[in-house]
Amino acid sequence: MKNWPLWEVFIRSKNGLEHRHCGSLHAADANMALENARDVYTRRMEGVSIWVVESKHVVASNPENSGELFEPAKDKVYRHPTFYDLPDEIKHM
Amino acid sequence: MSQKEINLLEDFEQKIKDDVKIEPKNWMPEKYRKTHIRQISQHAHSEIVGMLPEGNWVSRAPTLRRKVALLAKVQDEAGHGLYLYSAAETLGITRDELFEQLHSGKAKYSSIFNYPTVTWADIGAIGWLVDGAAIINQVMLTNTSYGPYARAMVRICKEESFHQRQGYEIMMTLCNGTEEQKEMAQDALNRWWWPSMMMFGPTDAESTHTAQSMEWKLKRKTNDELRQMFVDQTKPQADLIGLTIPDKDLKWNEERGKHDFGEIDWEEFWQVVKGHGPCNKERIAARVKAYDEGKWVRDAAMAYAEKQAQKEAATQPISKTA
Ligand SMILES: [Fe+2]
Ligand SMILES: [Fe+2]
Repeated sequence: MKNWPLWEVFIRSKNGLEHRHCGSLHAADANMALENARDVYTRRMEGVSIWVVESKHVVASNPENSGELFEPAKDKVYRHPTFYDLPDEIKHM
Repeated sequence: MSQKEINLLEDFEQKIKDDVKIEPKNWMPEKYRKTHIRQISQHAHSEIVGMLPEGNWVSRAPTLRRKVALLAKVQDEAGHGLYLYSAAETLGITRDELFEQLHSGKAKYSSIFNYPTVTWADIGAIGWLVDGAAIINQVMLTNTSYGPYARAMVRICKEESFHQRQGYEIMMTLCNGTEEQKEMAQDALNRWWWPSMMMFGPTDAESTHTAQSMEWKLKRKTNDELRQMFVDQTKPQADLIGLTIPDKDLKWNEERGKHDFGEIDWEEFWQVVKGHGPCNKERIAARVKAYDEGKWVRDAAMAYAEKQAQKEAATQPISKTA
């Protein structure tokens, strides 16, 4: 018999905050994944909303490509406010 | 080793040095992966098998308050096992392989769970001492180098403190009770003290894994350091409720600022590790029985899910696929 597939669990801890990945679990289908996520990850009111997605549907970047993907942002310091010189009199900008 | 592998290894070692966590898709030495699978799964198995001695008392807890607390604790331990199995699976082993290793006896779990829970006071002693010892180890592991393991530990540590408190409260209540109740508490301490001390593993001089584990920052403290913390923490707690730790060599060492304590019976430790403890066979038999008898449920759930998926596909409007 086939094994239950793996699901990734995302939980919104309270309204106003984003869903955050909190772990994974096995379940036969989406409903069971939600129920199991409730039992495994929210036994102490850690959440007000749950997302589950089958792990095989998550597309992840490859750490080997981290260089090409993320390094170009390193030399773009002009994207940060501290790059710009302003007179000291301007306190908040 | 190819140049590429040398670079990868250097990058890995730099991460460890800089306290940058290792994540599942990052390159890691094969030995790091294997060691982590072994350690994390051993930890997961301990959580799962650990439910058995305590589960033994759920139906016979003396009050409803004690019963809901124990039930919640045992349920937490199931959760801990699941967090840890998931963490182990990120290293490329399946849940089924992990179960198979436990059931066949290939994988170990903490030897402490091979001791029986013969009185209600044992539930107090387990929460106080066994969870207490586990917490010391697990707090250290929140800083471990493998990301998924460290994150699981953070969740677990948040949940553990009630476990220890409920155990200590049971002991305290017994100590404030009749003479017989107090004796029961003392008897439980007598039986659980040394096995709890053994939970930290062999002495540093004997431990084969310590050096490598420290280098990888899998462990941040040695077995002996952790054991010392446990003794120093527990002794005043025992004094407070009038219990005596069964170690005649246990005394405060002014110079060291720590307690000295007696020699552990390592012969007993290795006997239990090798499978000759009082409950080794019973524990594994209970796990295998639960797993085998649950098979039809797992199969039925999967068959149902597949059927539902097929039905859904069949009723999908044609325009959607066009
Ligand atoms: Fe636990
Ligand atoms: Fe616990």
